[in-house]
Amino acid sequence: MPSLAGLFFWMNRKIEDINKIIVKKPLKLDCGKTINNFPLAYETYGKLNANKDNAILVFHALTGDQFVTGTNPITNKEGWWVTAVGPGKAIDTDKYFVICANVIGGCMGSLGPKDTNPENNQPYGLDFPVITIKDMVRAQESLLEHLGVKKLLCATGGSMGGMQLLQFCATFPDKAFSAIPIACSSSHSAQNIALNELARQAIMADPVWNNGKYVSKDVQPKNGLAVARMVGHISYLSEKGMQEKFGRKLQEKADYEFSFNADFQVESYLRHQGYAFVERFDANSILYITRAMDYFDLSKQYKDGLVEAFKNQNTKFLVISFSSDWLYTTKENKDIVIALNASGADVSYSEIVTDKGHDAFLLNEPEFLKTLKGFIDSMYEKFKNEKRI
Amino acid sequence: MKKEFKVIAELLPNNTRVLDVGCGDGFLMNFLREEKNIEVRGLELNQENVQLCIRKGLPVIQGNAETELHQFPNQSFDYVVLSQTLQAFYNPEKVLKNLLRIGKAVIVSIPNFGYWKVRMKLLFFGEMPVTKTLPNTWYNTPNLHMCTIKDLFKFCDEKNINIKQVVGVNEDKTSLIKKSNLEIKNLFSKLGIFLIG
Repeated sequence: MPSLAGLFFWMNRKIEDINKIIVKKPLKLDCGKTINNFPLAYETYGKLNANKDNAILVFHALTGDQFVTGTNPITNKEGWWVTAVGPGKAIDTDKYFVICANVIGGCMGSLGPKDTNPENNQPYGLDFPVITIKDMVRAQESLLEHLGVKKLLCATGGSMGGMQLLQFCATFPDKAFSAIPIACSSSHSAQNIALNELARQAIMADPVWNNGKYVSKDVQPKNGLAVARMVGHISYLSEKGMQEKFGRKLQEKADYEFSFNADFQVESYLRHQGYAFVERFDANSILYITRAMDYFDLSKQYKDGLVEAFKNQNTKFLVISFSSDWLYTTKENKDIVIALNASGADVSYSEIVTDKGHDAFLLNEPEFLKTLKGFIDSMYEKFKNEKRI
Repeated sequence: MKKEFKVIAELLPNNTRVLDVGCGDGFLMNFLREEKNIEVRGLELNQENVQLCIRKGLPVIQGNAETELHQFPNQSFDYVVLSQTLQAFYNPEKVLKNLLRIGKAVIVSIPNFGYWKVRMKLLFFGEMPVTKTLPNTWYNTPNLHMCTIKDLFKFCDEKNINIKQVVGVNEDKTSLIKKSNLEIKNLFSKLGIFLIG
């Protein structure tokens, strides 16, 4: 196995080869700073048809990236939404043109804290400007222009992807014919801010983190980052799901070891997930992206709150939540539906009954995938007809 | 299409905004949208039905009308339709008031417990009636508050709810019900369809 530094070098080399545009238009961030000439990495699947009416934009979640399906060329693992996107899948890439961009602040080719700061030729680290969900979304506008997509058939995303989507619909009310926010919220709850803070504190408590200056030394605060990832993984599962999956089962042993090794399967699972993560994700990116999530409160951007955010929407919405999701609860998702209703928008809502918790949107959850497919296919028929008229 | 839906569709003017509470598989919504250019919305409890609506491109919200009508703003629809469900709510009065809050007018249909066959079953056989419109037995019926067309008339009077039109349905026959013919129509209608508000 290559050393961590070597691995990062190898990853960086491959990142050079991935699709990206350089956004020339200056982007004034919510924090007041401006970025320009910045890279935005993206991936597309399927083909844009002649009428340009089959484009679907996917927004990724906290630890996701632009590699939605197929094999991620950087990690050599399956894309994060391979259950829903691909040939013959709910979001059928034989039929639709799927676009996904890496968020700014991320670490898969778009401008992020591990990139070089032109002011001092050092990696940004904590000199990277604090970004918001709105900044992420506005950065992606140029990509649609670049790809020649005037109006999307659909935009979708789960978790932080759903939050980007709500922002996208509010900021660009005419850009999407339909939208599917999944397991998300219009403002980050105290519980979710607390969990994000736990993740950040874990990273910052790792001495290797060194105030974010670890990048120039080709190291990564992997212990802190792994703990941050473990926190995340606990929050993505439901109590019942976790009990059923692991219970009190021991990890390849007949009895307790009377030590602090991973005796229980659930411990082993968390350690594995935590330490696998450090190989593909930058610790500072976690700080920046979780901060963006915490700052997200769509209602705060509008005088009359959420109802005003969704005013004049022609977009047709389908909101989906999962019954056992305690991170982005059914209640929070319903609040979005209520606001959309109050502003007169065309909105559908479905709660999928499952024990799989927040993770359900990434898993093979047949009722969810059927609903997704049914909505997108029916929207395509409508969009085609509308464009013809 | 069943007669009940035909009557409801005839009561609804073209180009209006309609909320169908308990919209089932979306049959009525689809008809209203396609034939009358009505802007439809549905509320439905059953997951499978919700999916069927979504597949037809019909906007539907999964939820329980008993507890989740509060999400719709005041007077946000021209009409609210409630087909044969009023009797299944724990608190039909509260639901009806909510419907009248959401819609400028409300169409509510009820299976008529005053229909002669229903009365006969109870009077001569001493059993809870099981008929085509009331297919369940006493122990598994979802119907908690059965009423007659006359009962709903009285209810609207007592609660100062304006009755605009009442249609009685018996198989393929329909007839207008007024106070003057209420006794006889209450005996011969299987369903009562009320336009109120």
